[in-house]
Amino acid sequence: MAVMAEPENMEPVTKLGETVGNVRCDDPYVVAENVDAFYGDNHAIKDVTLEISKKEVIALIGPSGCGKSTFLRCLNRMNDSIESARVTGNITLGGQDIYSKELDPVALRARVGMVFQKPNPFPKSIYDNVAYGPRIHGLANDRAELDEIVHNSLERAGLLKEVKDRLDEPGTGLSGGQQQRLCIARTIAVNPEVILMDEPCSALDPIATARIEDLMDELSHDYAIVIVTHSMQQAARVSKRVAYFHLGVLVEVDETDKIFTNPQHKLTEDYITGRIG
Amino acid sequence: MSCASIVSSMTSLESSQETRRKVEAGLGKRRRRERLFQAAGILATTVGIAFLGVFFADLLAKGSSAFVQSYMKLDVEFDADIIAPGGEMDIAYADFDGLIRSTLRAEFPAVNGRNDRRELYRLVSIGAGYQMQDMIKADPDLLGTSQTIWVPASATVDMYVKGNIDASLDEALRPLSDAQIGWIDSLLSAGKLDTRFNTALFSNGDSREPELAGIKGALMGSFYMLIVTIMLAFPIGVAAAIYLEEFAPRNRWSDLIEVNINNLAAVPSIVFGLLRLAVFINWVGIPRSAPLVGGLVLSLLTLPVIIIASRAAIKAVPPSIRDAALGLGASRMQVVFHHVMPLALPGMLTGAIIGMSRALGESAPLLMIGMVAFIVDVPGSLSDPATALPVQIYLWADSPERAFAERTSAAIIVLLGFLLIMNLTAVIIRRRMERKW
Repeated sequence: MAVMAEPENMEPVTKLGETVGNVRCDDPYVVAENVDAFYGDNHAIKDVTLEISKKEVIALIGPSGCGKSTFLRCLNRMNDSIESARVTGNITLGGQDIYSKELDPVALRARVGMVFQKPNPFPKSIYDNVAYGPRIHGLANDRAELDEIVHNSLERAGLLKEVKDRLDEPGTGLSGGQQQRLCIARTIAVNPEVILMDEPCSALDPIATARIEDLMDELSHDYAIVIVTHSMQQAARVSKRVAYFHLGVLVEVDETDKIFTNPQHKLTEDYITGRIG
Repeated sequence: MSCASIVSSMTSLESSQETRRKVEAGLGKRRRRERLFQAAGILATTVGIAFLGVFFADLLAKGSSAFVQSYMKLDVEFDADIIAPGGEMDIAYADFDGLIRSTLRAEFPAVNGRNDRRELYRLVSIGAGYQMQDMIKADPDLLGTSQTIWVPASATVDMYVKGNIDASLDEALRPLSDAQIGWIDSLLSAGKLDTRFNTALFSNGDSREPELAGIKGALMGSFYMLIVTIMLAFPIGVAAAIYLEEFAPRNRWSDLIEVNINNLAAVPSIVFGLLRLAVFINWVGIPRSAPLVGGLVLSLLTLPVIIIASRAAIKAVPPSIRDAALGLGASRMQVVFHHVMPLALPGMLTGAIIGMSRALGESAPLLMIGMVAFIVDVPGSLSDPATALPVQIYLWADSPERAFAERTSAAIIVLLGFLLIMNLTAVIIRRRMERKW
């Protein structure tokens, strides 16, 4: 059970127990209940419960090695490809258990897309990069429909104007910021419901970062976005809710303003003010 | 004084100058060592290239003469009386040799006596008759006409023309008598004996007569074997590599398999021949000496090489590409075939061609399965008896006839030429297929 929001000037909580703040939300879509994750013997995520609603941006912050990327990867079962990884607990997407035997991870990942830290376009043309997802999931019946999907995705990723004359050129020939936008276009081409972003701007310069943050703002109208970020300024700029992880424990979850102006847990406060992490 | 105490007792400017001095003092020694290392490398490379150069020079010197062959010009009358006596033309029984003999007699009317005439007839290869037979078969209208044809001279004449027989030796010590040498010289000066490109080398199978011996049989045998090898070893090897890298769980079994594959790559090739003899020829009953069996043996040999090269190529594909594909919802097979394989293919092909080059040059395993045999017919299919190029070289090298020595070198040149072409193809394919990521 979550602790209710305390009035201002209350003494911050110091011990690690229940998650402080509000793990629940209105209209939840992704629900994680009592999730534990292990890499072999390493207990990476300890009893995390969190709800994410359908059209919001939530930022996961915390010091290195605190488990936020691991948690992110649990949401689209990318940890399946790591042999020593084990996930217990319950994660549901729109009420459906994503770890059940009947659910094919392939179908899951068409609904939960992922953008990685280092831009990783395929060594194919720009067109083929964006078209790959729709092709393998059979989302287009003919070339014209595929063209439309590709154009729309590139447009919404804010890349179409720059590349519309050179769709046949290799995706790897673009600049870093353009490549990341290409990866975002690729992800939204399969029309997912949730987009997971693992430090998407950490390899980019400030201008490219600003463009992607604007993009996130637009995309949040249509998708739930879960972003892992090291930059608290970025978290403050783009997200509506913030979740603070510390050594595998979800310490505090709350609205962005509240977390950054009046954190309720001492660890959160230390991290935000720069004393740890 | 230790460096630390120096640093602490000096000002920072002085200590950085001290460091600079130490670095510069050591630079001379480092440069000398580097130059020594470079010189050693250049020396080793030069020695290696020199040896290679000597090898090739020797090979070319010995073998290039085999690419030309002495031919004799004969004005032959396709006399109907001799070829088709009694009006009936029966090619198989026609006396072409008699035709050649009468032509030679007409050329040298002064030669009389049975022994002398026999020496005269020996100047021409016994294949000349077959050559004329083929001509008539192809065009029966030649009957009754006079034609000028070039027939191969015998191997001893060829050796003399190429300067390998010492005319100054005592007559008893050489294969050509004085009279024969006299006739040869007169033919040479009349322009009726000449060296031309040795087409027999590439169009004939093996033969007892050096002037008629060719490598076509061996070439076709090698070719069929290589086809069988590549069609078996490449798909199986690539599939095994993909399974081991992408799908197999990492446990003691997979470690065991890996050790075994690495070992197989080092097993002496003759052991494979013994295995195939026992399994395929004794047990299954595939005909001996067939390129099919040879191909099966060679594919076993090539398989570990392809597996190891393919695994290395697959390992080199960056995991970020796999993550990106998985994140989009690609299944594991789709990740492998759409992304990993195209990027790993150059490495796989290189491994395949290296394996095939090794297979092309192997003769030991073929010994066991009977491809070391005197086979004259050019194989027409995978189950005809055949021999292989390295085996042919081995057989010719064993032969005491002088003329086979130069042909051995020529066959080696052809083999090396093929290996060169295969490796060049590998380089070109790699270049074309390499993509940046």
